[in-house]
Amino acid sequence: MAGPPHEKFHETLIDPSLQTAIYTATARLADHRRTALETLPEFEELRTQANLIKRHTIENLGFYLEQFEANAQAHGAQVVWARDAAEAAGFVWELAKRKNARLIVKSKSMTTEEIGLNERLARHGLEPVETDLGEFIIQLAGERPYHIVAPALHKTRFEVADLFTEKLGVPREVEIEKQTRIARAVLREKFLAAGIGISGANFLIADSGAVTIVENEGNIRLTTTLPKIHVAIAGIEKMIPRAQDLAVFLKLLGRSGTGQALTVYTSFLAGPRRAAEIDGPDELYIVLLDNGRTRLLADRQKRQSLYCIRCGACLNHCPVYRKIGGHNYPWVYSGPIGAILTPQYMGVEHDPWLPFASSLCGACGEVCPVKIEIPKLLLDLRAEIHAAEARRGRGRLERLGFRVWAWVMRHPRIYELAGLMASAVLPGDHWFRRAPALLNYGPLRAWLSQRDLPPVGKSFRQLWRERRKAGEK
Amino acid sequence: MRRVSIFVTCIVDQLFPQVGLAMATVLERLGYEVDFPEDQTCCGQPAFNTGYRDEARSVARHFLRVFRDAEQIVVPSGSCTSMIAHHYRELLGDECEGIEGRVWEFSKFLIEVAGVEDVGARLDKVVAFHDSCHGLRELGIKEGPRRLLSRVRGLTLREMDAAEECCGFGGTFSVKFPEVSGGMARTKIDSIVRSGAEAVVGIDASCLMQIRGALSRAQAPIETLHLAEVLAHR
Repeated sequence: MAGPPHEKFHETLIDPSLQTAIYTATARLADHRRTALETLPEFEELRTQANLIKRHTIENLGFYLEQFEANAQAHGAQVVWARDAAEAAGFVWELAKRKNARLIVKSKSMTTEEIGLNERLARHGLEPVETDLGEFIIQLAGERPYHIVAPALHKTRFEVADLFTEKLGVPREVEIEKQTRIARAVLREKFLAAGIGISGANFLIADSGAVTIVENEGNIRLTTTLPKIHVAIAGIEKMIPRAQDLAVFLKLLGRSGTGQALTVYTSFLAGPRRAAEIDGPDELYIVLLDNGRTRLLADRQKRQSLYCIRCGACLNHCPVYRKIGGHNYPWVYSGPIGAILTPQYMGVEHDPWLPFASSLCGACGEVCPVKIEIPKLLLDLRAEIHAAEARRGRGRLERLGFRVWAWVMRHPRIYELAGLMASAVLPGDHWFRRAPALLNYGPLRAWLSQRDLPPVGKSFRQLWRERRKAGEK
Repeated sequence: MRRVSIFVTCIVDQLFPQVGLAMATVLERLGYEVDFPEDQTCCGQPAFNTGYRDEARSVARHFLRVFRDAEQIVVPSGSCTSMIAHHYRELLGDECEGIEGRVWEFSKFLIEVAGVEDVGARLDKVVAFHDSCHGLRELGIKEGPRRLLSRVRGLTLREMDAAEECCGFGGTFSVKFPEVSGGMARTKIDSIVRSGAEAVVGIDASCLMQIRGALSRAQAPIETLHLAEVLAHR
């Protein structure tokens, strides 16, 4: 079991330009959200509705998946069930081979990041190209997304300028607008030449058999309509029962993520191009991915994690994410939602420090548009991790410490004695910084590495007794 | 005479006794007889938040025994109040029946039970109020302390730009992730400094210990005060 990557935290924390980049970008997204919600008085009501719709859907997921499959097939789409990453990627690879396609244009999708689709396809000699500007940048840089909705949030325009010059051989250009034009020129060629387009999905609509995708750049429109073949890869939890439920979710998603009342484009994929239509793919495949989701479904409490609509609001409001950034989380999902998804998908024995990397401030739960109780789930996971560690005979010292602590707390006389002893050896404010290294260990050293201690004197109970005595006289 | 019991919390008992005395003083001035059950220790939150449920449960049971006969329990902490009022149910189920209606965070008690905003305090200072997370998000405490502060003579309240941002304490988080926690504290104190306040006021001694420790390390000449200390001052 790996401990927390303190070294990596340190590197991020001491990098002033990175800190500024994270802090200002998340603050901007959070500010936009706040402004957008000022004109949505029914926000709290919508959150409750979204939570209830998601709960209902997740609890009846089997029914809605079958309904979705039947309706999608009726539109002429082909539904593919993928148990895991290998099956999903294997399907795309086989399809590409069959259709003799090498170049694939992709739109931004956390689900494809989750299954490492690009790496898997590249291994088979295919060329997947990310067409969202942020994703395009991080693909060139060989990195994974820094943020769920803003993948290149950590990159300054100067870094992007250097990257473009290095990878694309273009003159150094630091103006964002001109950088966008460079990316656009590169990508337009790719769009026209690609044999397959791959997208994710924001929503799967059971009663219409349609896939809904939101975006701002227009690259999804192109990805889903230009190539002859389109593949939408969606986690099964993306389901909503009815098209009219979008009235709830679309109002919440844009505002929570970027502060937009509605994203610039909202695309609906319902079957391939029909006879009289001008654009659209000849073949539409919808890959319904499990990859651990049905395992999450088994836990009545924690399956609410599957309600997530990937808006990223919890990241923007998380004081821990805003310090350590996205790449210090062990998996593609970062921030508070990553801290609850990762142990559930990977197992609690992987990166057991992750649910502990939170001050439990509750900002994530407060902003979540579908009301996932993230702080509560973090607490549940902490308890589960300790139980798992106990079974493996790990973490004995801390457990013993808490056992002794609890015993002391149940014995007030001993508690008072322990307090008296501590105050006897802990005189005053700056004492420990001058104390011999021997005494300067463990939690105390961790505390003192950042902060000073308050002076220790008489306890409240001592002073209370003295006060009462003085009052009696 | 109306009677209230106080649960001063372990951190106030051991490290910030003046906060407990100040709270008792304010309550007495309002005509309450203050009872301090001497067997009280901790609410169990450190164990609960670190994932040790059995240990937390045993300490919670101790708390319930000690305060079994208390009609109203007043606590100088949003975090500990929330632990008792909200999380005991997860740990103990019906065993803690009714506790959520008997336990009050100090500022909430003053406004909602005692029905006062002006407690006759005076403090000539410019202060900023720090919203502690559990008070704010689990108990909905936002305006109450500000209303109480606005009635303190001589006091000027300045809002800091990051009032609702966590100070980074988080119990064992502060020592498990010291550098991240310290970074959060520094972001907080930058905001306090920008506000131009001479003192930062809060309702949780734990947040104030974190902020105070970081201010002291940064050698910033800004005081930390618990709301009770401000309200007791004349």
